Amino acid sequence: MKELLVLSGKGGTGKTSITGSFATLCKNVMLVDCDVDASDLHLLLSPEIKERHDFVSGVTAEIVADECTGCGTCVELCQYDAISLAQEGHAMVDPLGCEGCAVCAHFCPEDAIGLEPNHCGFWYFSQTQYGPMVHAELMPGEENSGKLVSLVKQKARERAEKLGCDFMLVDGPPGIGCPVIASVSGANLILVVTEPTQSGLHDLKRVLGLAAHFKVSACVCINKWELNEEMSEEIEKFCSTQSVPVVGRVPFDETVVESLVQGVPVIKYKDCNASKSIANIWSAVSKMLNQEE
Amino acid sequence: MKIAIASGKGGTGKTTISVSLALASSKPVTFVDCDVEEPNAHIFLKPEISGSERFYLTVPEVDEEKCNYCGKCRDICQFNAITVFGHTIMAFPDMCHSCGGCFLVCEEKALKEAKREIGKVEWGMSGPIKVFQAALRVGEAMASPLIKVVKKKAADSDLVIFDAPPGTSCPVINTVRDADYVLLVTEPTPFGLHDLKLAAAVMKELKLPYGVILNKAGIGFDKVNEWCEDNNIPLHMEIPFDRNLASAYSRGIPILEAMDGLKEQFSDLLKELEK
Repeated sequence: MKELLVLSGKGGTGKTSITGSFATLCKNVMLVDCDVDASDLHLLLSPEIKERHDFVSGVTAEIVADECTGCGTCVELCQYDAISLAQEGHAMVDPLGCEGCAVCAHFCPEDAIGLEPNHCGFWYFSQTQYGPMVHAELMPGEENSGKLVSLVKQKARERAEKLGCDFMLVDGPPGIGCPVIASVSGANLILVVTEPTQSGLHDLKRVLGLAAHFKVSACVCINKWELNEEMSEEIEKFCSTQSVPVVGRVPFDETVVESLVQGVPVIKYKDCNASKSIANIWSAVSKMLNQEE
Repeated sequence: MKIAIASGKGGTGKTTISVSLALASSKPVTFVDCDVEEPNAHIFLKPEISGSERFYLTVPEVDEEKCNYCGKCRDICQFNAITVFGHTIMAFPDMCHSCGGCFLVCEEKALKEAKREIGKVEWGMSGPIKVFQAALRVGEAMASPLIKVVKKKAADSDLVIFDAPPGTSCPVINTVRDADYVLLVTEPTPFGLHDLKLAAAVMKELKLPYGVILNKAGIGFDKVNEWCEDNNIPLHMEIPFDRNLASAYSRGIPILEAMDGLKEQFSDLLKELEK
């Protein structure tokens, strides 16, 4: 089974529009949405949810007020400044600041600190008209998005192997931090979707640095390329100095916005220029994917 | 006053709005780029960097000669950063959250304090604007500690602007939590609306006052406007989709320079928020 991960560094360059179109072109595929913070792929692929599972990860400290003497040991030990002494004389935990390290509970002389498991969200196994899909939802403001991404990938891989899928197509999160690093693990090839802006190029450099750091092959496509043709040239030049192939350019096309509003992958609009470019990019990417070890 | 600019969905225009607000202010401004994974505000503000500092987390390093393999460090670590089996102990500094627990429980003093670089904070002036920014080390997973550092480092001003990363999880929380007001930037598409709802849920959870700015207005649909109206959420401004604005953005030019009247709109918005 071969795994393609779509990343961008910068948000909003068109990862999900392109992944959604690939989903219709790729045969025998497991679809995966690793943007668990703000997942959007389901808006294009309309999955029918078959299973919903809880995602419980980590703990949050909780003070038992009756037993707390207000000695302040926990306040002193907490490296995240998440505990303070309330006016009533007992300690108080700020659940948003607590990282669940359990140090306070371990050292509390009164045994007055409990550790509550965090219910951070859900993961789903679903069916779309293009193939099975694993996706997830992190509850607003929760931590552990990286762990949820790892879980999503693990579940997707297990199911894909069981179902005998040939491909895993993964829509990644923006950025280069914890959820991105979690989604890189196991990928055979990364497609970076960028845009011809200074910000797009800046962020592309960092995400290619990340791919090199984890020794995963990468290729690039430039979305809305003619919005700034000089920048597109500059991006291609940069990629060639890095020996990173540019597999295509997608023109700015209002049909893409229309397809989002209709909730279907843009590739369904056969006559549109963006669709044709995306189809060409898919053939280049699938060829590369088949060559990857 | 502290204003955070956040979004849920990426690429809706957080940095564009943050930079515009800073440039439109008549009062002293501190600008803090909290998107440490992909910091972009410097492209538009071009600050003259006058100082920088690398930041590190304290992580354990094992002194095998002193270790008696009791396993207490492994047991307290909630992040699987230390493992002990038989007469083998291994530390995984990349997994460490720097809680300090392992150092405290080790009676043999077999753990030494080592460092893991998380990234670099820089500061400097962009005209009258004090700019603070940070870049996460490529390969480093944890953005939140660096966000806390750059915010702590930032000078106070009459107006402090936090340019947030996209999403709804811990890096966003750490950016917005001490703000007086949050502006959520979105675009008129189903993706924009879906992620706006998620971001709004976070602000509600944090009990932070917030309003919406609609960017690229005119493309897509009008359901963002309807949703704001139905939920009594202030829609402060609509910025039209315009090729000149897109082109200025692509070249690293603030949009205030590309469209007449925008600067006044942003300074009016600041006055409105200050009330």
